[in-house]
Amino acid sequence: MATTNGTLENGQPDKKMPPLPHPIRNLEVKHTKIFINNEWHESKSGKKFPTYNPSTVEKICEVEEGDKPDIDKAVEAAKAAFQRGSLWRQMDALSRGRLLHKLADLMERDRIILATLETMDTGKPFLHAFFIDLEGCIKTLRYYAGWADKIHGRTIPADENVVCFTRHEPIGVCGAIIPWNFPLMMLIWKMAPALCCGNTIVIKPAEQTPLTSLYLGSLIKEVGFPPGVVNIVPGYGPTAGAAISSHPKIDKIAFTGSTEVGKLIKEAASKSNLKRVTLELGGKNPCIVCADADLDLAVECAHQGVFFNQGQCCTAASRVFVEEQIYPEFVKRSVEYAKKRLVGDPFDVKTEQGPQIDQKQFDKILDLIESGKKEGAKLEYGGSAMEDRGLFIKPTVFSEVTDNMRIAKEEIFGPVQPIMKFKNIEEVIKRANSIEYGLTAAVFTKNLDKALKLASALESGTVWINCYNAIYAQAPFGGFKMSGNGRELGEYALAEYTEVKTVTIKLNEKNH
Amino acid sequence: MATNEGQKIPEEEQTAAKLGEGTIPAPLKEWKIQYTKIFINNEWHNSLSGKKFPVFNPANEEKICEVEEGDKEDVDKAVKAARSAFQIGSPWRTMDASERGRLLNRLADLIERDRLLLATLESVNGGKVFSNAYLMDLGGCVKILRYFASWADKNQGRTIPIDGKYFSYTRHEPVGVCGQIIPWNFPLLMLAWKLGPALCCGNTVVVKPAEQTPLTALHVASLVKEAGFPPGVVNIVPGYGPTAGEAISSHMNIDKVAFTGSTEVGLRIKEAAGKSNLKRVSLELGGKSPCIVFADSDMDTAVEFAHQGLFIHQGQTCTAASRLFVEESIYNEFVRRSVERAKKYVLGNPLNQEVQQGPQIDKEQYTKILDLIESGKKEGAKLECGGGPFGNKGYFIQPTVFSNVTDEMRIAKEEIFGPVQQIMKFKTIDEVIKRANNTHYGLAAGIFTKDLDKALTISSALQAGTVWVNCYGSFSPQTPFGGFKMSGNGREMGEYGLHEYLEVKTVTVKISEKNS
Repeated sequence: MATTNGTLENGQPDKKMPPLPHPIRNLEVKHTKIFINNEWHESKSGKKFPTYNPSTVEKICEVEEGDKPDIDKAVEAAKAAFQRGSLWRQMDALSRGRLLHKLADLMERDRIILATLETMDTGKPFLHAFFIDLEGCIKTLRYYAGWADKIHGRTIPADENVVCFTRHEPIGVCGAIIPWNFPLMMLIWKMAPALCCGNTIVIKPAEQTPLTSLYLGSLIKEVGFPPGVVNIVPGYGPTAGAAISSHPKIDKIAFTGSTEVGKLIKEAASKSNLKRVTLELGGKNPCIVCADADLDLAVECAHQGVFFNQGQCCTAASRVFVEEQIYPEFVKRSVEYAKKRLVGDPFDVKTEQGPQIDQKQFDKILDLIESGKKEGAKLEYGGSAMEDRGLFIKPTVFSEVTDNMRIAKEEIFGPVQPIMKFKNIEEVIKRANSIEYGLTAAVFTKNLDKALKLASALESGTVWINCYNAIYAQAPFGGFKMSGNGRELGEYALAEYTEVKTVTIKLNEKNH
Repeated sequence: MATNEGQKIPEEEQTAAKLGEGTIPAPLKEWKIQYTKIFINNEWHNSLSGKKFPVFNPANEEKICEVEEGDKEDVDKAVKAARSAFQIGSPWRTMDASERGRLLNRLADLIERDRLLLATLESVNGGKVFSNAYLMDLGGCVKILRYFASWADKNQGRTIPIDGKYFSYTRHEPVGVCGQIIPWNFPLLMLAWKLGPALCCGNTVVVKPAEQTPLTALHVASLVKEAGFPPGVVNIVPGYGPTAGEAISSHMNIDKVAFTGSTEVGLRIKEAAGKSNLKRVSLELGGKSPCIVFADSDMDTAVEFAHQGLFIHQGQTCTAASRLFVEESIYNEFVRRSVERAKKYVLGNPLNQEVQQGPQIDKEQYTKILDLIESGKKEGAKLECGGGPFGNKGYFIQPTVFSNVTDEMRIAKEEIFGPVQQIMKFKTIDEVIKRANNTHYGLAAGIFTKDLDKALTISSALQAGTVWVNCYGSFSPQTPFGGFKMSGNGREMGEYGLHEYLEVKTVTVKISEKNS
């Protein structure tokens, strides 16, 4: 199976699988406050908000609710840590890298605690949290730790008698707004490149899932990052989030979430101080299965591609296009897969699918499922909530889906697989590209020429061939069109967190 | 290699709280030599000939221990192991690049753990002042391994917009089995300079440490095994140059050889590579590096850097500032202060805390240096201080300063590799550039001036792989190092260092349709 960060498929062949980890029962939540200047603060308003366990719909705890005044305080701390002459600005790049490495070491040490918290707060299966989310975090931190002293400026053979060079400097105070589907991993995708380039950061975790990021605050302090370099303010989007995106003293903002909110953020950035913006937004990702593909592989990847993380992935394979002659067989096998998918307690090691994140998402998904039924798609399996439990939805497969149906156009963000039919390559390219999203695409074929043709024809930031969700710290990720601006991961992400300064020195005499 | 940091704690260790160790511990009082055999396939072997060779402490000329003496047959055995570890489908070839990086980081961790022992051994076997061994050699070794550890998964090929209906990309592939011949002046550091990039790129290696100083390399071999490198990836064969070294450079099954040492031997290695299988060659050889001091420089800074640049590690560095050009108007004062600085030295057992200069490495070097000092006296240079041996045991030479040196004297032309400073006089910029470049060496150069234009103009005019401005001997893993002209081929360290350990493969696929 393909998984994020390749943890399961790319291990060393001779590496023994470690024993399965066990979650911590009745884990006490230690960190619920606002993290500024390596200290814990209460909200200025005195308000708190509840965070829930979506499996049981019970409240886990209350968390300090950050709002504009708390963001201001965090920005002040981040600004001070970024002052010229500060400890952080004078630190060797290599030492910044060492700090990030040490943070990765501590996350490895506390991996079970973090995976447990992530499962409590999001409902994702514990083993996924442990092997995919945490693995992705640790690898990404280590990857960027190594970049810190490899961000090279250039010397430039400019015309005339000058010495010309570039410095790649940090931008300054960065705001980061994190989604609830991969709370810790998306935070690391932003924080790691930001810190490796020497920025300081103000992070707002999603209001549904603030617990792991606050725990991370304690590790930041333990590692020894100077105060103010990392600040974490839990709160809501329209209050704390809006304060970040319109803040005149924040130099850059990075956001992962819906396209709708992404537009608001870019607008706020423009209205305030033209802060730099990177956005990683929604997708309605085509997954094209040609008749010559390895069918077993394609069925499994398409299945995992859409159902992984309860369907709550921006990369979800939510438009599966299957070539006509293999269509019935593909649908039959996909249904078999969906039937086998174990839905239940995310702490149970056998569980593959947990609950949706909250009532709002749950209602939206069921509404879209109803629209599919009404608009004439054929419900092959699932199609409703689990009878006996709160926010759980049955893995759902629709066949005979056409491009004009809502389930073929809108981002569902739930365990719903719409399967369409296609006849030829030109047609499927056109249909795959006919939407405003352009995040990822996948192609299943054994034909070299077809694979490369589709790889260049598809309008998306990532194309997977004979694999799905093959996301690595080394490879850039981001969207064409309205799926986003800029790229995260890989060397490309460094460009999102640096300003290039050109220094030109006039000399008296031309030399060689 | 040397750094001018001297006894100071490197800056990054001061700023990054909790990251570095603040003080230098005392050397180990008791230690035992654990590893004296040939390391092949993660196992210890006796030499096939049954021969051993002695290893000495240059401070007292006493034998430390005997080490298995590798020769051609042992190198053959090591190459076989390295070749098999490099086979397609092997654990090493199928390992993720990031995992290679993890192994290198782990090796750095283990060297940090054993830092005190390794620094003590380096001091005892190499005659190196202990604090230098601890801070510079060991510190540098750990940093370079960490630096290259993280290049492993950042060594990116490219996709290329070629003409026609093609899809074209490059893969950066490891070269294969690399032979690496290490000098005696920085036994551990030069080993790390070579292991780091070779392993990060996915090669396998056969290393020959210098016959004078094999002990720390063999200890590192044990750490290679402990870190979990697959068998055959790193093989270490102690032995002599004309036997084991020669077997490496002329081996038909070694794909690349890297050497640090004298220009004379470098020439032979490249010749052997040409005569055998055209193996790739990188060489880091001798130098006669100019250090140019202008009247407008900060004289205290210049005197100190020029002094450290020459005298560090008993003058046994390829970057030694061994041609010091001082502008006429400050010449007398500069000489006076340099002599004063040189006279402050305490010579003795390099493990002792108050000692600043240890012994030369062996009798051969010791004799050669004394001979060059005599030539200086005879050819008319003015001996300002030193000029002879020190003590009656061990290979100690007094810190020596010559003034009124002219370009045609042997001490101004030949690499001395000892604690002997030559101070020359110059009048104009054009003149000093010409004189500085008038040598077949081109390793390093130093410039001292406060004038921006002068600094940048001369930096581009000097024929040297490294130019230091208002500093000397400033090394870091991030910056490339290597020689112009007969000081070497290729570069070590920095991103440039990767190129020496890579083959670039262009893959071009015909496609039916092309789009930008």
